[in-house]
Formats: sequence, structure tokens, C-alpha cells
Amino acid sequence: MLRVDNLQVVRGRETVLSGVSLALQAGEVLGVLGPNGAGKSTLLGALCGELTAAEGDVFLHERPLAQWSGPERARRLAVLPQVSTLGFAFRVEDVVGMGRLPHGSGLVRDAEIITAALQAADAAHLRDRSYLALSGGERQRVHLARVLAQLWPGDGGVTLLLDEPTSALDPLHQHTTLQAVRDFADRGAAVLVILHDLNLAARYCDRILLLQNGRPYALDTPQRVLQPEGVKAVFGLDVLVQPHPERGHPLIIAR
Amino acid sequence: MRPMLAPRILFIGLGGLCLLATWLSLALGPVSLPLLDTLRAGLHLAGLPLSGQGLEQAEMILGQIRLPRTLLGLAVGAVLALAGVAMQGLFRNPLADPGLVGVSSGAALGAAVAIVCGSALGGLPSFLEPYLLSACAFLGGLAVTALVYRLGRKDGQTSVAVMLLAGVALTALASSAVGLFTYLADDATLRTLTFWNLGSLNGASYQRLWPLLLIALGVALWLPRRAQALNALLLGESEARHLGIEVERLKRELVLCTALGVGAAVAAAGLIGFVGLVVPHLVRQVAGPDHRVLLPASLLAGASLVLFADLIARMALAPAELPIGIVTAFLGAPFFLYLLVRGRP
Repeated sequence: MLRVDNLQVVRGRETVLSGVSLALQAGEVLGVLGPNGAGKSTLLGALCGELTAAEGDVFLHERPLAQWSGPERARRLAVLPQVSTLGFAFRVEDVVGMGRLPHGSGLVRDAEIITAALQAADAAHLRDRSYLALSGGERQRVHLARVLAQLWPGDGGVTLLLDEPTSALDPLHQHTTLQAVRDFADRGAAVLVILHDLNLAARYCDRILLLQNGRPYALDTPQRVLQPEGVKAVFGLDVLVQPHPERGHPLIIAR
Repeated sequence: MRPMLAPRILFIGLGGLCLLATWLSLALGPVSLPLLDTLRAGLHLAGLPLSGQGLEQAEMILGQIRLPRTLLGLAVGAVLALAGVAMQGLFRNPLADPGLVGVSSGAALGAAVAIVCGSALGGLPSFLEPYLLSACAFLGGLAVTALVYRLGRKDGQTSVAVMLLAGVALTALASSAVGLFTYLADDATLRTLTFWNLGSLNGASYQRLWPLLLIALGVALWLPRRAQALNALLLGESEARHLGIEVERLKRELVLCTALGVGAAVAAAGLIGFVGLVVPHLVRQVAGPDHRVLLPASLLAGASLVLFADLIARMALAPAELPIGIVTAFLGAPFFLYLLVRGRP
């Protein structure tokens, strides 16, 4: 649904990202991992058209991203940035409702979708609160609900790009949030998510792209990518990898 | 969260306030007319089949003096408040002011040029003078705003941070140029210049009113169409883009509406401070930040505020008249300080 070949992004004279080729499939969650400064957010910026690629066009549904009109694109591609700066006292419901802006689907349908998206992000109880009165983690969930509402229900060839959606969340909500993302993908959405927690990535992602210094180190299933050699080479971290006793996905333990 | 007024109640309240302000503005002045006479004369003037008997004087005062003045106040207040909302949305900061993009200081410079050069040339034909002043003020405001916008642009993107800084720098530059003209001016010119800078609704006439009315109407019809886009812009520029908003176009429209609106308002009534800052802020406190409500509510509140301020300006030292800019600043500055001390909600 979202495809790029041999992507290269240049900032000034420096090549900050090169050689990335990927095709995001419907129904999959693709995790992007890598140390700070490896080019994860740059990749996301290039994939959503925020940054101009020096090489490698981005295709959304086999059509170059730049050729989509704003609202047309927004109905198929949603982006959750790392930090959002909203300094006005909107109600949570209104913030999530902004996700319906590209649609014009009517107040009744929008209200249903807002309810569903808030529930998915475990933020239904915040509905009538002022956005400014929320904690950092609550705000992050509200913005997740906003981008989910933008693409709700998640079928029909939509793509969701998430930049560290769990960075401000408590352990429980790290899992509920990624489970919501997983469910969204299971309904047919293609999801790319930048993560820092290797174990969360191992549990919820179908494939993992490991980035090192702006270049892809590996792109494969969690079982293949999250091996001690790769983690050592990319993160410089000595780890043990064992299967999860109940679920079988790799469990990464620092030595 | 604090309970907010339902939009319907807010609009009824503000609409009533605006009508009351209009009524009082038509009735009160050096020759105060009984309120009922004002109403009857007004309706008769508007072409309603009422008996106009005994109201000839009232109708003359109304038609010739009070009505253009009131219309000017309504338009100036509405357009300043709308421009304030537009700028606070553009800069995503509730403390932004329409003056930030340089339109007020540019208009002041244009007016100073017109006043001082006009008098240095031995005085223009008197029928031309007010038009020249208005035209120069309007063009000065547009020119400085265009420059601020131009400086903020790079590679097809407009940086509001750069625009903000450019606005500050050009405002300082324009102010010192106004200072230079002030220094060069003789005493009579100086007085004109000073009074112009303090703003006044005095001397309103239909001839000078219609450009402002047209622009105010255009801005008042256009901006609410962009209310949802303004809401999205508050999330951030890239977030708005991801929601399908053409952000560059939106920014251009906001700057244009502000430049035309404030430029025309300043050209017609001089500098009237604090309306654009305080009104949207005040409305946001009772109605919340949603631009679908904020824009029309600010329009009504701004129009009412300017009319009430003008009433104070007319009545406080009657028969002398205070410049309205002094009144709005007296009301606005303490309120602004109160907001600062109280902290953002």
C-alpha cells in the first residue's frame, strides 16, 4: 500500500538515510528499530511526504505521494508524530474529531467513530476533559485515537505511520496501545511503527526494520532480526534471546 | 473542565449586546436622543412605514453623524477581532496580536508620510486630504505585511517563527521612521499625527466607510469557512497537512485577511489597540477554542467592544472627545496583565 525503492534523504551535504526499500503490506505491523539518530524519524518523514527524498519516490497505492490531493491522501494515510504541541483547551472529543476532517461523513457517523477510536486507545473516559488538563501519556493516547479516527475502521487500504506511540505510556498502556494498533492492522490497515522497546516490537510486529547509521541493517521477521549478533552490532548491547515462555516470540534480555 | 456556554446562548447574548451597543451609540452624544425616538427614527430611516413626524432633527443627526460613526465602529471592531483570531491561529499562540505581522506599524508609517508630506507640500486640496491619508495608511499596512510574509518564505514554505521576528524588526523600523517624521513635523502636523495614532471614530462619512465595509464583509464571510482548518492548524503545521489541509494556502489567506482587514480599519479610524488581542482571548474563555464558534462570537464581541469604548470616548469628557485608542488601551492593558498574572488556562 505504501512502497518506496532505494530511498535516500539528504540534509545539507550529509546523507542521513539511504538504501531503504520497503513495501508496507495490508494487515501487517512493521516495526522500525534503531539507536538514537539512526534515521527512524527521517524515514517516517520521507514516507509521509514531510521530507523530500533525494532519491526513491514514495508510492501510495501505486501512485506517487506528491500526486495525491491533501484530503484524498489524508483519507488513506495518517501520521502520529512523536510530540504534538496543542496549546489550546479543546475538549478531547474535539481533538479526536479533527481526525474526521478529511471525510465529511456527517456528525452522527463521526460521533460513532470518535467513540470507537477513543475506546480503542483506552481514552473513552477522557472524552469530555480539556486536552490541556491531561498528562503526557493521556495526551499521547488522545492523539492515537485521533489518527485511528482518521482511518477508522482500518479496512479499505489505509496506512498508519506512528512515531514512538508508547514513549510516554505506563507499562499497561504500552501494551493496550500496541494491541489496538495490532487490531487495527488485523482489520486490514498497513502500519509502520517506530519503537524503542525490543520486546514490544518482538511481540506486536510482523516484520522489523533495523536501522543503523541511516542504512537498513536487516528487514525480516522478529525471530530473524532480533538475534544477539544483530542487537550487539546495531545497539552495542549484549543480550540473551530466549523464546517467551507462553507466547513463543523472542524475549530480549540484557546481559 | 470549566463549563462552557452553549454556542446558541452565547450568540443570543452577544447578538443582544451588539444590538444594545448599536442602539446606545445611535442615541447618545452631545445631543442625546430619547431611546424610543432613536428607535423610531432609525426604523423610519431604514424605510419602515412609520410616521416620521417630529423626528426630523433626530433623523438628521442619525443619518448624517451617528449612523456612519456606528457603522464604522461595528466594522472596525469586527474586523480587528477577526484578524486577532486569525493571527492567534496562525501563530498558534493565544497572546498573538494582529500587529505582529507589521500591518499596524506599516499603516502608521503610511499615514505619517501622508500627513507630513501633505503639509510640507503646502497642503493638499482639502477634499482630497482624508482620502490620501486613508489610502497611504492602507497601502503602508499592506506593504509592510507583504514584506514580513516575503521574509518568512523560503523554498515555498512559510516559517511563522521567521515571520514573527521579521514582524518585530519591521515594526521597530517603521516606528523609528514614524518618529523621524514626527521630529520633522511642525506643531499643527504633529497634532494631527498624534491624534491619528490614538484612533478615533470621529468624522466618519459614508464615502470613507464603504471600502472598509466591503473588506469587513469579505473577511467576515471568508474566515468562518476556514474555521475547521484553523482548528487543525492549532495541532501543528505538519499535523494539519496530514489531515489534508493545504497549510501554505491557509497561512496566505490568514495573512491576507489580516492585512486587508486591519489595514482598512486603521486607514478608516487610526490605530485602535488591544481589540484584536483581548476579544478573541476573552471569547475563548467563555466559548472554548473551537473556531467555528470563536470566529462569529469574536466578530460580535469586537463590534460591541469598540462601540462601547467609543461611547466612553464620547461621553467621558463631553463635549470634548477622547481618542478611542486611549479608551481601548485603558480597558485592554489591565485585562491583558490580568491574563498574564492569572496564567494560561
